[in-house]
This record gives sequence, C-alpha cells and structure tokens, in this order.
Amino acid sequence: MLSIYNGSLDVPKILKDWYEEEATSNYGAYIPFIGTVRSEDGIDGLSFDIYDPILETWFKNWEEKAHQKGAIVKMAHSRGDVMLHESSYIASVFSPKRRVALELIDEFVEDFKASAPIWKYDLKDGKRIYAKDRSTAIKGSGLLAKGENS
Amino acid sequence: MIIVEFLGPIQKPDMELEIDNLNELAKVLQDDAELSEWLQSCAVALNNKLVSTLDTPLKDGDKVSLLPPVCGG
Repeated sequence: MLSIYNGSLDVPKILKDWYEEEATSNYGAYIPFIGTVRSEDGIDGLSFDIYDPILETWFKNWEEKAHQKGAIVKMAHSRGDVMLHESSYIASVFSPKRRVALELIDEFVEDFKASAPIWKYDLKDGKRIYAKDRSTAIKGSGLLAKGENS
Repeated sequence: MIIVEFLGPIQKPDMELEIDNLNELAKVLQDDAELSEWLQSCAVALNNKLVSTLDTPLKDGDKVSLLPPVCGG
C-alpha cells in the first residue's frame, strides 16, 4: 500500500490504521520506520515534489519482492510542505518472522533514498531551495550527457 | 511527436520533438544551455520506465522524462 498525503503525516493514525489492517493477518512482526523533519541549518521545514507514475512502479516492484519473502510493505509520504518536527515519511514491513522484516526495512528504506522519484527542498527565509547536496543521482544517470553516446 | 518532461527542480516546460530515438534527444538537449548542468546527473525514463541505453527507439506519443537526483524521506 502506497499513500501520498498533502502536507505532514498523521503518524499515530497511520500506524494504527496499518496495525489494524493486518491485526489478524498472522504476521509476527510489524516494523515501522518514521522520518521526522529535524531542525538544522536554520530551515523552517522541508518541501517535496513527487512523480507518482514512476513512484508507483518502483513501489510495485518492492511489493513483489516482499511478497516473495512472505512479507508486505506499506509506505506513506508527504507532498508539499512539512514543517519542523513533523513527519514526511513512514515505511513499514510486516512479515511472519522478525528477521525478514528487519532486513527488508533496511533494504527498502535505502533503495527508497537512492531511487524513489521524490525531490526535497529546504524551506528557508520564505524560499524553497532544492536540497541538491543531499540528493542522489538515480542509477544509470548521465545517459543523455555528452560523452555518454560516443 | 515525442513529449519530453523535466521533473522536480528542473524549471523547464515540456518539449515536443520529432525524433526517432534517444540519441537524437541527447543531441538536442546537449545544445540547450539551460540543461547543461543537469544532463550528467539525470536519469531517463521512457513511458515511466527507466532506460539504460541511448539505442532506444521512440514512437509517436512516447513520453520521455528526465529525473534529477532524488532525496525522499
């Protein structure tokens, strides 16, 4: 399940909803990762752009990968502005036993950081500034650059 | 007609081009001064699937997307 929200996430509600959805699914482990906007470098908050079609394809691949291990993944992310100490991201894995969930949440969040088509901006002094230095080029980037096609 | 879209922080409107493959697109975009800083760090998707080779044929109605470096979470 992939859910995109405008603005910050209602963490207690989302965690509770997911818990209740799977309460009788016979999963022994439920491991959530919650991302919270921290105060640093004088920012007022963060802002996000999302490209839904590719995000959905990326997430579907992870659903299949999880399914092969008897697990499921759920993810919620914010679009637009999220202020300090609010949450913009929750990822969760449910699995029959803990080991699969612990490993999968690590792989899932790392791949999310490296590949999910989401762009982050710092909100500072009324401006929205692309967080270029904290961003990662998607694997295979540079295909259209000079020298790549010679 | 191929539609080229620029995602996230690349502030550029969509382009409509008559081209047959990604090699031709590379040549067009390399001549665009606004894009020079982005091409090296952008991934490319054709109809929402990432592509890894310029020898990718294009057909009428295809959509090519340029994805600059990402940072979700």
